Amino acid sequence: MSTIIKVRNVFKRFGTITAVAGLDLDVNQGECFGLLGPNGAGKTSLVRMIIATSPLTEGSIMVDGIDIAVKPRKIKANLGVVPQEENLDPDLTVLENLLVFSRYFDIPGKEARERALSNLQFFELQERHKAKIDELSGGMKRRLLIARALMSKPKLLILDEPTVGLDPQTRHLVWQKLIALKQQGVTLLLCTQNMEEAWRLCDRLAIMNEGKIVALGSPQELLATYGSSQVIEARPRSAEKRAAIQSRLTARGFQWHEIEDMLHIYQGKDQVLDAELESELDITSRHAPTLEDVFLRLTRRSLRE
Amino acid sequence: MRAPTYRLLRVWQRNRDVFLKIWRTEVPGFLAEPLFALLAMGVGLGTYVALDGDQGYLEFIAPGIVAAYSMFSASAECTYGSFVRMKFQRTYDAIIATPLNMEDVVAGEILWGATRSLMTTIAILIVIAAFGLVESPWALLVLPIAVLSGLMFSSIAMFFTSVAPTIYSFNYYFTLFLTPMFLFSGVFFPLDAFSPTVQRLCWISPLTPVANLTRAVVSGNPGEGSWWGLAIIIGLTAVFLPLSLVMMRRRLLK
Repeated sequence: MSTIIKVRNVFKRFGTITAVAGLDLDVNQGECFGLLGPNGAGKTSLVRMIIATSPLTEGSIMVDGIDIAVKPRKIKANLGVVPQEENLDPDLTVLENLLVFSRYFDIPGKEARERALSNLQFFELQERHKAKIDELSGGMKRRLLIARALMSKPKLLILDEPTVGLDPQTRHLVWQKLIALKQQGVTLLLCTQNMEEAWRLCDRLAIMNEGKIVALGSPQELLATYGSSQVIEARPRSAEKRAAIQSRLTARGFQWHEIEDMLHIYQGKDQVLDAELESELDITSRHAPTLEDVFLRLTRRSLRE
Repeated sequence: MRAPTYRLLRVWQRNRDVFLKIWRTEVPGFLAEPLFALLAMGVGLGTYVALDGDQGYLEFIAPGIVAAYSMFSASAECTYGSFVRMKFQRTYDAIIATPLNMEDVVAGEILWGATRSLMTTIAILIVIAAFGLVESPWALLVLPIAVLSGLMFSSIAMFFTSVAPTIYSFNYYFTLFLTPMFLFSGVFFPLDAFSPTVQRLCWISPLTPVANLTRAVVSGNPGEGSWWGLAIIIGLTAVFLPLSLVMMRRRLLK
């Protein structure tokens, strides 16, 4: 399988803040690759460097075999970008947005019109083609952003939190369209904080924390490696015993951590809570590990902003 | 800084398309206001003004108004207009994710600002010609002058936009930069009303050479213009155009 994005030892610093701290990454042609991470993990900074709108402090990025520092234009011609913050052109209608955008790629007028109409159809926006941007709902705007990113028929589509703030119906519609695009051979690089989205769409995931990748693999692999066999969420029945319970958990070999006032205990194979622990804990949930548990486990202590 | 390419025309085309949709809302700024100024000053105030020779006051200020509003058109476009596109609409962010680079965007905006200057100039010129205030075909030279003036004022405005922290900053630009130029660049009265020292100060204003040359060609006496003023116009453009490209890249590509 060939590599479409090759990130090598990339740093991004803003003054004294290091947003991306020596990162290596390979994204394969045709896959859906997910970047997961808490706010401030460096996902957006990394993406902005990949789309050549933010210079690298150090390192190199090759997209489709081309160094972005050398030929950013050529790379941008083959990229579709769906930004986190909507930036449709409010001075233009829905259809005009697509037509004006395709002119930036030097797509001839007739061809642009055909593509625009077919993209509007694909995203179920054809009836709103004369609408002003202000008249669209949040979900329609997001679909139009993706439709716009597809005007140049890009090999690589980069999406920064494409379903944040959408209702469940629209979210499913967007997912279905993204899966269809992947089947057509488009490579997807998806930044997300939505675990369900990552689980459903991504072939491989990288979990980012503090500017670095802390885990990489398919969702199933990540779950198998970091998920344990059962997750117990519990609160100590009495606050005074908190420390004692924690040290006992550690002594019994449990992996655990505390999120707000809740203990998350990762029960390994053949591990059981003894009667004493059971009696001192108010257990609110026992469940099979999910991607969210993996995420929380790997990115704990990074509540910052 | 990278050099802008032909792709700057794509930004110009985008602005043209938007203008063709909303031009009706722009008429007050680029046509009605200069005509009000012309009527109030030229016809009203002009009745009480006697110039040297037999020149009427309306005839005197008409070219000045042409020059001043070519300045205002370019300046408004590349301050408020560009700032809104850059900051509130994030249009620049969307465009630089396509094959266009930052310099294409900024140069396209400046070319569009100059186009607005030219359009304003043509509109006012047609109206004053209808009043019989255009005396010779030399007046057509005002078109290239308007383009040069538009490029200069757009570049200066774009530079200011690239460093303006908020949209309110443009109050300073208009009140402390454009308004004094409007008043002291020979638009409303000949600069020889001032002492030679003050006159030299007036030539610091980039509008002075524009007003001077516009008046020379519109009145049909190109020989009376201070053509060395072109060097000021071109020189300021040569400084502020690249400066605005560099500063805008710094501001937006972090």
